[in-house]
Order: sequence, then C-alpha cells, then structure tokens
Amino acid sequence: MAYSDMDLLRFSTAGSVDDGKSTLIGRLLYDSKSIFEDQLEAIEKTSASTGEEGINLALLTDGLRAEREQKITIDVAYRYFATPRRKFIIADTPGHIQYTRNMVTGASTADLTIVLVDARKGLMTQSKRHACIASILQIPHLVVAINKMDLIDYSQERYNDIVRDFEAFAQKLEIDDITFIPMSALHGDNVVQRGNNMPWYNGATLMHTLENVVVGSRQNNIDLRFPVQYVIRPNQDFRGYAGTIASGSIRMGEQITSLPSGLQSTIKEIWKNNTTIEHASAGDAVVLCIEDDIDISRGDMLVRNGNLPNQENEFEALLCWMNEDEMQIGKKYLIQHTTKIASATPVNIRYKLDVETMHREAAVTMQMNDIGRIRLKSSEVLCIDSYKLNNATGSFILIDPSTNATVAAGMVQAFKTNDEAPIQKAETDRSTEQKHSINEAWNIPRTEREKRNKHHAKVLWFTGVSGAGKSTIAQEVEKKLFAAGKQTILLDGDQLRQGMNADLGFSENDRSENIRRVGELAKICYQHGLIVLCTFVSPIRKDRELVRSMFPEGDFIQIYVIASQEVRIQRDPKGLYKKAQAGLIKNLTGYNAEHEAPDAKDAITIDTTDSSLEECVEIILSLNI
Amino acid sequence: MKTSHLSILENEAIHVLREVASQFERPAILFSGGKDSILLVHLALKAFYPARIPFPLVHIDTGHNFEETIIFRDRLIETTGVKLIVGFVQECIDAGRAVEEKGPEASRNGLQTVTLLETLKKHQIDAAIGGGRRDEEKARAKERFFSHRDQIGQWDPKNQRPELWNLYNGRKHTGEQFRVFPISNWTELDVWQYIAQENIDIPSIYFAHKRRVFNRRGTWLDDNSFIQKYPDEQSVEMIVRFRTIGDATCTGALPSSASSLDDIISEVAAARVTERGNRHDDKRSETAMEDRKRAGYF
Repeated sequence: MAYSDMDLLRFSTAGSVDDGKSTLIGRLLYDSKSIFEDQLEAIEKTSASTGEEGINLALLTDGLRAEREQKITIDVAYRYFATPRRKFIIADTPGHIQYTRNMVTGASTADLTIVLVDARKGLMTQSKRHACIASILQIPHLVVAINKMDLIDYSQERYNDIVRDFEAFAQKLEIDDITFIPMSALHGDNVVQRGNNMPWYNGATLMHTLENVVVGSRQNNIDLRFPVQYVIRPNQDFRGYAGTIASGSIRMGEQITSLPSGLQSTIKEIWKNNTTIEHASAGDAVVLCIEDDIDISRGDMLVRNGNLPNQENEFEALLCWMNEDEMQIGKKYLIQHTTKIASATPVNIRYKLDVETMHREAAVTMQMNDIGRIRLKSSEVLCIDSYKLNNATGSFILIDPSTNATVAAGMVQAFKTNDEAPIQKAETDRSTEQKHSINEAWNIPRTEREKRNKHHAKVLWFTGVSGAGKSTIAQEVEKKLFAAGKQTILLDGDQLRQGMNADLGFSENDRSENIRRVGELAKICYQHGLIVLCTFVSPIRKDRELVRSMFPEGDFIQIYVIASQEVRIQRDPKGLYKKAQAGLIKNLTGYNAEHEAPDAKDAITIDTTDSSLEECVEIILSLNI
Repeated sequence: MKTSHLSILENEAIHVLREVASQFERPAILFSGGKDSILLVHLALKAFYPARIPFPLVHIDTGHNFEETIIFRDRLIETTGVKLIVGFVQECIDAGRAVEEKGPEASRNGLQTVTLLETLKKHQIDAAIGGGRRDEEKARAKERFFSHRDQIGQWDPKNQRPELWNLYNGRKHTGEQFRVFPISNWTELDVWQYIAQENIDIPSIYFAHKRRVFNRRGTWLDDNSFIQKYPDEQSVEMIVRFRTIGDATCTGALPSSASSLDDIISEVAAARVTERGNRHDDKRSETAMEDRKRAGYF
C-alpha cells in the first residue's frame, strides 16, 4: 500500500510575529492542501473581525486564546501535514529571547530547522540565536529561509549579501548542511511552487528540500544502547525486558552486558509486538529475552560486550535552564536520563553561552533561558555518552524535587575534566578509565619500552599565538633529542588539520575537539614510550587542562611561548596577521581573539622577543628530559 | 533503510504507554468506543505482549449511546480480558451533582466532565490515557504527551512541563493527575492508514449505512430519542457514516458511500473539513475546546 512507503520528517521553526514565520507555515499547509475548509472559514471570520484584508494565514498557527488576543505565540505548537512522499511534524516556536527554552524543546526532536531571515532587515540577532541553538542541539540540516523577497523587488544582489553574511557567521556553528532559499511566503514563491519572480534562483523550493532531505541522521546506528524501560513477566516462563532501542542495533544470539552490574548474557529472543524477529535497530520499541537469569530492572542498560558507554557520576553538560527559579549550585535536583532517575547536584558553572555569538562568558548563576556548561555530580553512576556521539544517551532533564517541574535540559559534553585539581586527578582518572575503557591494556607496557629506550616518555606541549616561535623551538629541540638517540615525535597543528582533523573548523567547539584529539593521539604515542612534542596555539585553558589530565603528574610539561605583537607581526610565518589586518580573518588568536595564558605554576614561559633560538632550546633541554 | 511513518508513530506510542505503566501507580485508558481509543487498546496490547494490558479501561457513559458502540465495547473487553470501569452520567444527574440541559440543544457532553473527574477520583486513577491528537483542534496543538492536571483535574496551559527528546516527566504531588496522549503525533489519516494496515476491528457505524438523520445548521444528526427536534426539522433516510463517535446527541454523520477502510482512507485524504468540524459541541464558540479543557474535559 502506498502509505507504507511514506517516511517522517520532524522539523522546527522559530520566529517572531513580524518575520513571517506563521505566514510561511500557513503557506506550507495551504499549498500542500493540508488546511481544511472549516479552519479556513474560522480564520476568515477572525481576519474579518479584526479588520484585516484577505486571509491572514498566520491565524492558522496561533493556538491559544491568550496568544490570539495578544497576537503572540508563547509555546511550542505542533503542526502536521503530509505529501505523498512524507509526513511532516512541525515544532513551531516563538523566536524571542525569552523563548530560548521553547526553541530548545522544539529542536530536541528535529531533523531539520528552518531559520527565517527578513530580507529587508538582513541577518538579525534572532536568526543567529536560532541557528546557534540548532547547532547546540546538533540538528543536522539547516534551511535559511530568506523571506519577504517581494518587499526588496526579488533582488538577487541583496540575497547574495545575506547569504554571505550568514556563511561568515556560520563558521562558528557545527552544522554541515546549510541550504539557502529566497522566498516570499506571502505570495508563495519558492515555498511549494517556484513562482516566476526569481528566475535567477536555481535551487530547490522549500517543499522540495523538506521532501528530499535525509532523515534519521541524528541517530547513532553503531553503539547498542538499550535502556530497560519495563519488565514484562506474565508468568514464570516468560521474562522480557521492554524498551526502545536508543541507538545501534541488536541481533538474536548476540552477547550483551547489563549495566551497571556488568553481568553478561546472550539475546535469546527479540519480540516486536506479538512476533519474534531476528534483528532490531535504533527507534524500535521491542522486548528482549536473554538466556541467563540475571537481575535486571528499569533504569539498567543493555549494551554489546566490548562497546560500553561511560559510567560516570560526575560529568560536564550544556544545560538550558527552563524554570523561573534560577539554578542553585549545591542543590539536589533529580536527573532523568533514559529510563533512570537519580539525584544530581550542580558543582560549578564553567561558562555561559551567548546564544547570539556562541561566545563564552563567566557566570555565577543560570536563569531561565540561559545556556551554559555545568559540572554535575550524580548520586548514582549513569551510563552516558557524549551528546555529540549519541543524542539518545547524551541527553537528560533535571527536575526540581520540590515542585516536580522540569527545570533544565542537558547535553553531556565531557567526562574527565576538572579545573580545580587537574593534576592530582590524573592518576585516579587513569585507574577508573582502565576499569571502564573498552581498550585492553597496551600489549607491551610503557615502562618496558622506557627501559629499552633508556629515557622516560614525556609530553612537551608548546602553546602560544602564531608567530611566537613554538614550531621553530620545538623542531630544534626534537632534532637535538633525536641526535641524542631519543625516541621522539612532533605533532604539529597544521599537519594534523590536513588529515586527522580535516573535518574540524575554527569554532570554539571545533578548536576544543581538535585539542582533545591531539591529546588522545599524544597519549597513544606517550604510552609507546615516545617524547611527544606538540605545537598548538591551544588558546583555551580548559582544553589544555583536559590534555594535561590524561597524563601522570610531571610527565606533561607545558611550555608557554610568547613574543611581542610587533615581533610576531613582523615574523608572520603563515601570513595570518596580514589577512587579519585586511579583515579576512575574524578571530585570529593574538590579534583579535584572546589566548588564555597558563598560570605561572603550570607552565614554563619562554619569551622569544629578544632571545636567540639556541637560548630558548637550551632552557628546554635543561629540564633534563 | 527508510522507516515508515506508521512504524515511527507506533514505536513512539508504545514507548509512551510503557512509560506510563512504569511511572504511575494506577493508570487507565479512557475508552469512548471511538476509533482513537480502540487504536489505543490495540497499541497497549502490543506494548505489553505477552502480558495483559496492566491497567483498566474507563468508559464515561452519557446514556446517549449508539448501540453499536456498546456492543463493540463489551466484545473487546471479552476478547482482551481487560477490566472495564464505567462511570454513568445518569448517576451524577440522579444524585444532583450534575444538572441536565433542556430543550433541542441539550447535550450531556458538558456533564461528562463531572462524571469523568468523579470516576477517576473514586478509582484513584493517577494517569488517564486518552486518544487525543494534536491535529484535532487548535487548542490541542500545544498539548503535551504527559499533561499535568492539578488536584481538581484542571489544565493550566501556562503551567505545563517542557518535553524534550523522549523524556517524559510524570512526577506529581499527591492528588494530582496526568492525562497522557500516546497518539499525540498521529493525524486522522495516520489513524485510518494504521487501522487498515493492522486490520483493526472497528464499530460498524464508521462505514456507510442507512440511517434516519436530520439537518441542523449544516450538521446531519442521528434521529434518536435523545434529541428533541425543532418543529421544522424533518428526518430523512440517507446513506451516511460517522467520522468520529461521541455522544449520540452531538456527533454528526457524513453523507458517504465509503464501505471499506480503503474507501475511508481515500475519503479522508480528500476531505476538506476537519473531523471535529462535524462535532456540534465545538461549534458553540471559537475557543469552546480550550474552555472545556481548562475545566477538565478530556
């Protein structure tokens, strides 16, 4: 039957009264013939009674009476329409800053988001905010609807300007797929029909984009995570674990581990409704029966042997605060994560995000609609993955136990960082890491390699802005060490960005990820007994501290290389300062972006302004590596 | 591989039903005899198979029923082995807790709310699962899957909890309740397509049949003993079917020859009026539904 070939796309929209969002949705519904006569009649009546001319398509989407009277939308409203190819669910949210929490709610299930730009006004903060939220929530597809083209005479030039502005802004975002569409929702151009007003536009209409975009790309199809939701036990002979597969897939006969117990068993049967099936995957609501009689209940998680999530009771997450009562550090909240509920306490606020610029700023509290990175401690160990790798097991909500209100939405970011005592923590981290890590211990222990090499493994981390002299010094140091018969490797920023990290840009998140990966690579080299020299601008202190926390105290040496700006601009080894001066680079560290200097006790500082290369190299070699 | 919209909706509804069974002590399915509540029972059978549905059905009986619905209900109870709780509007009227409307426009639709709240209280039901869908009516577009009601069963649109991902917060204080809508994201067409796909049995009055009806302000109403006709209202025999099934005093019939599920699907796909457009009770004022919801109507 034809309807079994239809799939489903959930998308979100945000916007305020005057940017034409409601008109756009009205247009989609109207032109796809999803509006019924009685709805049309009702809005015709209302349009007439408020003295508006013609049909106000926006009235179709304004739900509650209070909103209709005040002409605002105050919550997430869900709309439905279908074409022969697809069923669509729209999460429609107001765009004003007070409604960040609604945008986050609407975006939490969306595969695509439509950001509206009023062509007369260009890229305004509201559109930026919406795009930032889409990026934070990891929505894979973004459509920038440049609306009201009719009011600027369908000008291609103006359209191109807006596209350029948006692309420059989007460098900070983590969205790979951005589509720009010039349109007039009022007249219908490029919404469902192409129209005749913009022959210069060769791209797809909005409807065509919605019908053809790939769905389900948010889903993690690799790592099996099955949160047990409910135990089905009709009689002594049947015991099944009901739940929805959060990610990955499962096959009959496969080995599984139950967490937190760690007990292992084999999948005996997979039930879907009233039949057994061979195989089930992410999104399927199933019942699993296993071979062995082990104690499993709601809140436990079944995973594949050798592919375990992080089991943590302390981690960092981006939180969107959703309640009028501000967040209190040290207060006990409840955390609802998959099917598990535990207590959770905010330990500190790392930073708050400005959702218009993605800038990080210091904060002492989180108020309604704030988004920030928080460190949380939970009363029980949770089976979590980072949100980036797994939306389903990286997301959670916080509940205030006194009011039962949902006060925050959270996205897990990292597990093992700690600003206050990073070094002391390193050893304990390593031990817990070994316990939970899926990697076996290295085949030949580092100490054995060190014995043969006749020197210790070390990490020398050179940080500092472009032109300070990091690479020059590091290269010379490595040559000297190599000549002395030591095992070395030099990891250079530009080199790794061409290969291993080619997928990363220069947004703050990408820079963090760049450093994290370098840290992991350095760790592997270090475990193989090498002296690892790393030259990275690494402007963010916490990123460097994350790397530091991967190594035992004393084996990670941070070298902060500095030089006066005059000297750096004169050196300009990569021509970056020239570009920045010409306005071609917007956030060059050391020119118009800040480098967070390490504390004196955490680093050796080398000023290259007036020193010779030999002097600098000597300082490092004198550390007795 | 592409997952069809119907399996996505089915998975979502089953997930919600299992969440209800886990998070609440005494849930119940509100059963009207209409297709949406029949669909809910079907989904619940799937969600807990091979166990029985771990909660009862609650039917609020206005006394003004289409006979076919009651026969259907009793047969369903027999085949599924689910417990049935009936709340009678007549009892509330007899006890003086509800006052019957008079005249040709009289309906027990508003009185249902009183009986519903009383029945839920009497059986200490803390989560009432309903077949409400967001596409039905404007006020429902913002309804949550887990909809919080205060101690007197009222809905405050400003005080609803945000729902993110598939995490549903059903925590409550003593005496408070939830209404839960597992098929929130289904449209009328989805429901019919699914009924056809799964071959779900539904009451015969959904299909075209001969019936005596009369026209009141554009709606064809059943000519039965519960409705007082105006002097100028004449009943005629027509081939009709019902698109929704509610109280027999306010559910409009639709002139239609659709006699199979495929006919119905084609008809619904081409329909130009919403299904509630034929519900006499919603026509009283533009915000009728919102007002009834605030008072505790389903």
